[in-house]
Amino acid sequence: MGLLVNVELLLGLIALGFVVGLVMALVEVYAPRPLAFGATVYSWFLRGVPELVLLFLFFFGPEQFGIRVSAFLAAVLALGLRSSAYQAQIFRGALQSIPHGQMLAARALGMSRLQAISHVILPQALRLSLAGWSNEFSSVLKDTSLASAIGLVEVMRRAGRITKDPRNLPLFLPTLFLVACMFLVLTYAGNAMIGLAEKRLRVPGLEMRR
Amino acid sequence: MALLRVEELYKRYGREEVLRGVSLSVARGETKVLIGPSGTGKSTLLRCINRLTEPDRGQVWLEDAEITSPNTDLNRVRAKIGFVFQDFNLFTHLTALDNVRLGLLRVRGLGRKEATERAMSELARVGLAEKANSYPAQLSGGQQQRVSIARALAMDPQLILFDEPTSALDPELIGEVLGVMVQLAKEGMTMIVVTHEMGFARSVADEIVFMEHGVIAEKGPPEQMFRSPKVPRTGEFLRKISELYGESK
Amino acid sequence: MSLAFDWAWVPRLAQGLALTAQITALSMALGAGLGLALGVVRVYGGGRWSPLYWLASAYVHFFRGTPLLVQLMTIYVGLPTVGIRFSPFMAALVAMTLNTAAYQAEYFRGAIQSVKAGQMIAARSVGLTRLQAIRHVILPQALRLVIPPWSNELIYMLKYSSIFSLTVLTPERTDLFGAARDLVGRNFRYFEVYILVALMYLALVLLLTLLLRWIEERVRIPGLGTPGRGI
Repeated sequence: MGLLVNVELLLGLIALGFVVGLVMALVEVYAPRPLAFGATVYSWFLRGVPELVLLFLFFFGPEQFGIRVSAFLAAVLALGLRSSAYQAQIFRGALQSIPHGQMLAARALGMSRLQAISHVILPQALRLSLAGWSNEFSSVLKDTSLASAIGLVEVMRRAGRITKDPRNLPLFLPTLFLVACMFLVLTYAGNAMIGLAEKRLRVPGLEMRR
Repeated sequence: MALLRVEELYKRYGREEVLRGVSLSVARGETKVLIGPSGTGKSTLLRCINRLTEPDRGQVWLEDAEITSPNTDLNRVRAKIGFVFQDFNLFTHLTALDNVRLGLLRVRGLGRKEATERAMSELARVGLAEKANSYPAQLSGGQQQRVSIARALAMDPQLILFDEPTSALDPELIGEVLGVMVQLAKEGMTMIVVTHEMGFARSVADEIVFMEHGVIAEKGPPEQMFRSPKVPRTGEFLRKISELYGESK
Repeated sequence: MSLAFDWAWVPRLAQGLALTAQITALSMALGAGLGLALGVVRVYGGGRWSPLYWLASAYVHFFRGTPLLVQLMTIYVGLPTVGIRFSPFMAALVAMTLNTAAYQAEYFRGAIQSVKAGQMIAARSVGLTRLQAIRHVILPQALRLVIPPWSNELIYMLKYSSIFSLTVLTPERTDLFGAARDLVGRNFRYFEVYILVALMYLALVLLLTLLLRWIEERVRIPGLGTPGRGI
């Protein structure tokens, strides 16, 4: 079924969002002012623009200049960068919640700033990010359905095709319900996996302080 | 030659001058205790020594290398100077063993086996070998501070700076940490200790340094400082602090 | 590669903007009513096994766990197959209302639960009924706490209202994004028009954010709520 396309899309864009989001968060927290400000504007822009506008911009925009982008690539880029902005927020919050003493102690041992970030700060911050990350996973999964708008033949598009033949019309409502249920199952399965990871990686004394 | 020399150190935060020309010299094997009212720059002085805080002016020398020179490889210097924080700052996500081992692996570049042996022997030295696999949150404050001393010791430092190591501890846990520190002093470790524990100062210090308003007001051996201080403020402070904290050993 | 903007686009986009504002405001308001009811039921609707609690929970889980687009298509394309028809506007309004109600229910529940337990006990101790206590003591506090997440939800819905354009084929009356699609269908300036529309959405988001911060500040009570929230 078309759901497979959704899952592929999901994996692609969440990976892109993770890498870009993490870099953006690190830049926002540790880079000098102008760079950090750039990262803030970046994530603010991508969080303020509707997903559909981003999708159309990435799909049709390049075409105007003679560059053809496949629907899949456009969807990965548009939704992935959108996700990177949200993930950057999650990571930034986690980075900032690590007490300053951790950095001081690492530096006092003779670690470089980069070593301190990679061996002391990030292992803690990434653990703290998992909870927020599971929310982002759910919303990203649902957003994959929007890719049908730029013609990507994912599950929604498949369901829509049924209506082409009038004899199939009575099947349409049950099909949609089935699609909805598949999203539900994926959402809960994904969250269960993240919950499991959270439990496995749990360290006493390291919880999100609210 | 002195192991560590501090010359005319200045530091201000905004309008407040925290250090106003502090000079100090520490010989190998010496235990120097820094005392004085809070907010007089004792902690800032310690942090300026390994440049966790940048001093505005002045020099710090470790043997014949100038730490304050812009060309200094700070990470190498810091690896030679242990630092024990008031609030421990153990790495939350690592077990006691991993806390002690991290610097050995990543800074000293030791192999895993060697680092583990070294870390275990340091934990044994502070009496916590059986807690090697506990996370910081599973340890008492006193145990956490002992692990953080082991973390500093593991780097085989030339000297250790203690920044009020017992101030964040419940009274009944202070003794175990001071015990470790007394032992270190006896073994000939060079230490600079900021503390309010007058019993420790009296029995262990080779020299007591009294700081006030960003300068050293007076220094001398403990007997003289306690019995016949030259500056009246010193005697006043010592009396007050001894009343407040007692002279616990 | 040259860019070209045209002032003539603006009135068309402004028309779309009006519908975007309208449908967002309506769905948020209706969703708030439904969401508040659901949130209260989820907290006070009897134990975990009462049918009321169960229904409200199932609703919240279903609408939060499935894409808004699937919900919209079910209402707009699916229901007519069994004889229930909506205009594009009504279909979008119903879908968005039902969807946001589920999310808002969770924000209301969270806010109600973060009001300290002692407040209910104290209210009952002065003789208020349970309903009175909820109405006069719990909700006035919870509604203030709910402003920050509610602001985020408003911005989400503003952005999601763009799926309205996926329903209509005749673009006489459409939203901001639909108007943009209509424009590019004629002039093929995809890049310029979509960037312009993106900036219009951003401006709207900024405006709403500032407005809601101001409201939050106005109704703030010392000691209630957490200082320094991140947005």
